[in-house]
Amino acid sequence: MLETRLKPLLEVKDVCQSYMTGSGETGALVLDNVSLSLKEGEIVGLLGRSGSGKSSLLRIISGLATPVSGTVTFRGEPVHGPFDGVAMVFQSAALFPWLSVLANVELGLRAKKVQEREARERALRAIDLIGLDGFESAFPKELSGGMRQRVGFARALVVNPNILLMDEPFSALDVLTAETLRTDLLDLWVEGRMPIKSILMVTHNIEEAVLMCNRILLLSSNPGRLASEIQVNIPHPRNRLAPEFRQLVDKIYALMTKRPEPVAREGSFPGLGIGMALPEVSTNTLAGLLETLAGPQFKGRADLPALADELGMAIDDLFPMTETLQLLRFAEVAEGDIKLTAAGLRFAEAEVDARKKLFGDHLLAYVPLAARIRSVLDERPSHSARKARFLEELEDYMSDDYAEETLKSVIDWGRYGELFAYDETSETFSLENPT
Amino acid sequence: MSSRFVAFASIGRKTLPNQYDLIAAALIFAGLIALIHGTRGMVLPLEAPQSTISLDYANLPYYALRTALRMFAAIGASLIFTFLYATWAAKSRHAERFLIPILDILQSVPILGFLSFTVTFFLGLFPGSTLGAECAAIFAIFTSQAWNMAFSFYQSLRNVPEELEEVASSLMLSPWQRFWQLETPYAMPGLIWNTMMSMSGGWFFVVASEAISVGNTTVSLPGIGSYLALAIDHKRIDAVVAAILTMLLVIIIYDQLLFRPLVTFGGRFRVELSGGEQEERSWVVLLFRRTRWLRAIAAGPAQLFQRVALWRLELPVRTNLSPSGHRMKERILDVLSIGGGIIAGLWALWLVYRYVSAHLTLAELGVAVWLTFLTMLRVIALIALATLVWVPIGVLIGLNPRLAEKIQPLAQFLAAFPANVLFPIAVVAIVRFSLNPDIWLSFLIIFGTQWYILFNVVGGATAFPHDLREAASSFKVRGLDWWVMVMLPGIFPYYVTGALTASGGSWNASIVAEYVKWGNDTVQAHGIGAYIAAATAAGDYPKIVLGVAVMSVFVIFFNRILWRPLSRIAERRTRLS
Repeated sequence: MLETRLKPLLEVKDVCQSYMTGSGETGALVLDNVSLSLKEGEIVGLLGRSGSGKSSLLRIISGLATPVSGTVTFRGEPVHGPFDGVAMVFQSAALFPWLSVLANVELGLRAKKVQEREARERALRAIDLIGLDGFESAFPKELSGGMRQRVGFARALVVNPNILLMDEPFSALDVLTAETLRTDLLDLWVEGRMPIKSILMVTHNIEEAVLMCNRILLLSSNPGRLASEIQVNIPHPRNRLAPEFRQLVDKIYALMTKRPEPVAREGSFPGLGIGMALPEVSTNTLAGLLETLAGPQFKGRADLPALADELGMAIDDLFPMTETLQLLRFAEVAEGDIKLTAAGLRFAEAEVDARKKLFGDHLLAYVPLAARIRSVLDERPSHSARKARFLEELEDYMSDDYAEETLKSVIDWGRYGELFAYDETSETFSLENPT
Repeated sequence: MSSRFVAFASIGRKTLPNQYDLIAAALIFAGLIALIHGTRGMVLPLEAPQSTISLDYANLPYYALRTALRMFAAIGASLIFTFLYATWAAKSRHAERFLIPILDILQSVPILGFLSFTVTFFLGLFPGSTLGAECAAIFAIFTSQAWNMAFSFYQSLRNVPEELEEVASSLMLSPWQRFWQLETPYAMPGLIWNTMMSMSGGWFFVVASEAISVGNTTVSLPGIGSYLALAIDHKRIDAVVAAILTMLLVIIIYDQLLFRPLVTFGGRFRVELSGGEQEERSWVVLLFRRTRWLRAIAAGPAQLFQRVALWRLELPVRTNLSPSGHRMKERILDVLSIGGGIIAGLWALWLVYRYVSAHLTLAELGVAVWLTFLTMLRVIALIALATLVWVPIGVLIGLNPRLAEKIQPLAQFLAAFPANVLFPIAVVAIVRFSLNPDIWLSFLIIFGTQWYILFNVVGGATAFPHDLREAASSFKVRGLDWWVMVMLPGIFPYYVTGALTASGGSWNASIVAEYVKWGNDTVQAHGIGAYIAAATAAGDYPKIVLGVAVMSVFVIFFNRILWRPLSRIAERRTRLS
């Protein structure tokens, strides 16, 4: 008995995964040599920002995706493709809209040839367990987001999985609904009323991870690597306001914003120079963030958890912004704190035109892609260039989607900083209207 | 004790049929009897069927029934074709490479031009039986519907939301189960809508294909189309009117008993989870929902279908290839399929060239191109005219929700009404007042298809966001500015959809509309449609092939140069989402 307890239920060994680049070849790494194991009786959280490959990792574990290299074993058996023993809860519930709640929950069983009567009984029990009694004949359209996600849970639980995989199951819900659902799920888990032995959840919400997990695995971004492992030994029910809880949250923030090793890198975005993948952050948001940071509440320096709290944001939303500020040298981020630079303070106090000038200067100086576009436009006699020219260049470094997104960000920033103009219809850059 | 009695009573009430059952059962049995009566006629021997048509009004219900049955046979064939062809294209990368371009071209080919070929082909297939002619007519309708439906189904299959796909994988659905539980339901709303629209277009073809003379062969099947053709031959205007009225009735019944219930049914499969969309209503669906016995009877087949949909039907395990072996296999298949496709294409091209060049001269080609150009001018001018008329009217109707609610079904109904039934009346007028056929026959081209513009524009104006209208009025945008800056961009995507459909239909209609008869009078306009129709009447096959080929090329260019870019602009610039 003790032995089966100690033996891991599931093991991931040296898993690597890569993007496909625009030309269809294997490109940048998404996951780099990730190994982990899952034992009975624990809730493990995979925590990381977007680009850390946490969802890719979950899909590899569930058998939905195949890694480039490395292995996944479940109870000693290698995993190829989806298998009995795990069930997945999706971010958006992903119910079949044409099936009733009951039929949605039953589908997995019926597909596996479980007898109709038995399937019905088990489905009803799962629906009952998850608190959906009375909604059996409702269609997903009629349900609120929280209720839909409950159906998602019932659908996963009904097949009696050993491991429940959850892909940010609360992130699409409003704050109150998410909290209720979390507590309900934790209650079921603590009281041992669910047939599952272990839960692996992906999240980008630090507090959620600390609230629910026994163990948190921190993934660094680009490529995703296992950065650190944190044990959470606070007994359930956990109190978000307890000092030990807060300390742990602060510690994780600090770990996630740890200054990268002093290698020759520009900020914390993946890739170098032109090939740097940039997040989609609007200039309005950046300006708003700079103003908030410069404001009386923070006076140019903020603790990231406090800032996230003030703005009501999860790290997935906050980090791309703070990192863009860092890249543009408007702020410095380290050890869970953000501090405005002199330029950042000047920006916050300046008028519209001066802001644009300052932003444009910094963009030209610190974002190589913006500088490249500008110099190409300057050199050409026509002072214009097609978007495709830069897109192709970017696709040598990153996937199509990232190339699109990166270029879109630079277009937005460049327009604001009046470095160049861009015409969407003809997809061309030019120097025309900004004078 | 008393509670038990109540329970018993309620069970009793539930099992008895109610008044709605009675009405619904009457409808269904009437339908069944009609079906049996009608299909018996389809396999009768072909004893000179043209003599069996009579202009007696009493025959009209039977003719209407035969016409409707042909329609349903075609829709059945189209559905089978759609499921096979579109699924194959969506599932096999190699097949997709050819199937989709072929579909794209087929969509632009004026099918009516080929009627003569198919008639001879099918008559040869079933010598001496009406079935051959029936098949030819059904095939003509089929070709007007199938491409459209297959395209919609293919696109739905390719666009199943990724998360739902992942759910299907993680629930370990077999390919069969995935097809019936996920992919088909997802494709349902689009398929139903396209089927209904195709069927609307189909009435036109059913009328055109029932009575055909190719050279010396004359086929006329019992149906409204043949009745009409005979009425034209005999110059009986009263019979023409009777045929029009019958057609009207048939389409009303089709609309009420089939179109609306199906659209209501399809609403269930929509993926958007917001319940905000207005649900379509249909009295037939309401009636069915209120019946007891009928619902119980319907539950049987529904359950059977469920069961079949849950079969696993897994193929015997294929040899598991290593990744490199798999890549190798894909490579080989690639080479084979591309090579095969190129060879087949070249061969077909050579066949056409040999056939046409053996019979025709270059001058003939010049004539065909010139005539097609004339027809194209006609189509462009009439679409422009219809736009000028119907866009303003459609917008005004669409902005008045109560009016739109009434006009919208009417416009959809008019689009379904086969305009060729009305042609004789126009011909009588042209002959009577000796009008110029080159101008006045042109209107017939757009007659049946203009409604697509109307109801799409009405739909667009209805969907125009209220806050944008309010913003426009608060900034006092009025007059021309209001049209150019506010309304027209807002309805543009809808207009493009409508005009695209209308233009496609117009090309087809030109074959019937440029060459019309009234008794012994033939009225003819200059155009490729008249060229094809005249060649068909004379049984001159090479000319038919040439005419249809030149027209197809024009239609394809027309679509690529005009409609594709317009749809792209509509998609990118003016989609309000």
